[in-house]
Amino acid sequence: MSLDCLAALCQFKPALGDLKSNLEKHHAWLERAEAEKADLVVFPELSLSGYFLRDITQDSGLRLNDPIIQDLVARSKGRSIVFGFVEESDDHRFYNSMLFAEAGEILHVHRKVHLPDYGIFEEGRYFAPGNSFDVVQSKLGRFGILTCEDAWHLDSAWLQFLQGTDAFLIPSASPARGVDTDAPELSSQTAWRTLNSAISLFMQAWVLHCNRVGFEDGAMYWGASSITSPFGFTDAEAPGEEEHLLLHRLSEDPLRRARIFTPLRRDARPDLVRLHLARLLQDPDALKAAELEQEG
Amino acid sequence: MTPTLPPPPGCNVELAEKVLTAFLREEAGKFGIKGAVLGLSGGIDSALVLELAARSLGPENVLAVAMPYQTSNPISLELAEKAAKSAGTPIEVVDISKMADAHIQAAGIEDEDSPAARLRKGNIMARARMVILYDRSARDGSLVFGTSNKTELLLGYGTIHGDMASAINPIGDLYKSQVFALSRHLGVPQEIVDRPPSADLWEGQTDEEELGFSYEEVDSLLHLQVDRRYSFDHLLEAGFQKSFIEAISKRVRNNQYKRRPPVIAKLANRTINLDYRYARDWGA
Repeated sequence: MSLDCLAALCQFKPALGDLKSNLEKHHAWLERAEAEKADLVVFPELSLSGYFLRDITQDSGLRLNDPIIQDLVARSKGRSIVFGFVEESDDHRFYNSMLFAEAGEILHVHRKVHLPDYGIFEEGRYFAPGNSFDVVQSKLGRFGILTCEDAWHLDSAWLQFLQGTDAFLIPSASPARGVDTDAPELSSQTAWRTLNSAISLFMQAWVLHCNRVGFEDGAMYWGASSITSPFGFTDAEAPGEEEHLLLHRLSEDPLRRARIFTPLRRDARPDLVRLHLARLLQDPDALKAAELEQEG
Repeated sequence: MTPTLPPPPGCNVELAEKVLTAFLREEAGKFGIKGAVLGLSGGIDSALVLELAARSLGPENVLAVAMPYQTSNPISLELAEKAAKSAGTPIEVVDISKMADAHIQAAGIEDEDSPAARLRKGNIMARARMVILYDRSARDGSLVFGTSNKTELLLGYGTIHGDMASAINPIGDLYKSQVFALSRHLGVPQEIVDRPPSADLWEGQTDEEELGFSYEEVDSLLHLQVDRRYSFDHLLEAGFQKSFIEAISKRVRNNQYKRRPPVIAKLANRTINLDYRYARDWGA
């Protein structure tokens, strides 16, 4: 299969805890993306609920058969849609989930694995962690979903790399931090640019970073959603702070050229990694040594 | 300031302007409110907030209120008027002398001039101003914009329920040194930028004299300690005096109460702000 699709990243402002208004917004953005003939429409993290939920988390929980979810899934008949929401499981756990819908069906649900609990983040208090980095085999190509903090653990991307990911979908709600230097942009933006570039370069795939905008309790989500090519260069970038529909065509050719230029996929050695990991995990002393080394 | 100390925090003024004007527009807009009111003292903090507010909401939607007391330096009012003119906002002058004096008399300290009495009088003046601002906010359906910077919030150098009271505060995460940088960038009148910071509670008062250290020095310390998480030993290595670090750390700790809502005795399963936790923007 050859990757060739028009991707649309919906950089918008969800209203905090207002599912009804956010559902309407999803439809409005889908209309815009459809008018542009987008094949793949991606929304930011927790796009249906807003991010800084605290005790609204449980009030926003949706089962996969909820009419709101089904409404958006039905909309995926003509194009693939990826959106974020609080997923409530049958045993009443709450997950920070991204749903990939295609041809009117739920193709995949990624439950965020790494729930940040430091700085202004409190996800571990409210959400249950997911436990897999499976990839989505879509009719458009192979996608790996990494929800915000998931992307910071490079092993997550690497696991999806081993499963043949063509494009990483990275939805986020990244708060703006760092104006105390002379750098021309927010330090959080510089860090993300570096990360997106590193993932695309080392995993030889497209990186679609869809970051939300708007303010919640004084924190600004800085937007600047971007699409990074398999060579590590930013191919398209939305403006910061404001709502924007970022469109970019994903194609096979850069994947092919990048993988010929540096055949990292061909030369990957997961067998060695498995050996080392097995040794580390089975030998408490070796792990301890590694920890001590880290502390030193 | 000892020349070997690290510099105070820098400030990317273009970015700060962009974030803060968007912040005021959005956070005020969320509550369906288009107008703002703020106390304009003739000092740099309120002049900066006025400038940011005017740029965010349009100058016609921002009301500056100058509230002199009889002992206030007349230059303060002149500079406040200049700041309003520069930002293009209307200004209302409300003399708080009678109102504050009534409180001072009721408190029985009208004839006292001890440092403690001065402080109490200053608090009364700050709270009188708060009363006027919240009255104007109710009259006009506008929000009170705060003008306390990060340095004074950390040091507790302000009056709780007085000048520290506001609905939203655009400069509470900017140190005083950054307030200067952003004010210069936004074209706050030069006389205001050049004027030594003062609470103007009594004649000749300046912040730095009263605090006993310079803003540059304390901003450098607070920035490294709070934002960069330097340890005590690391701060010593950076060149700060042990006594200075200890005094400032203690002051920051002792004033924590001013930065938090009141402590509620827990009885129920869910107690407001402890385990009944919602963002302030909830339902906005």
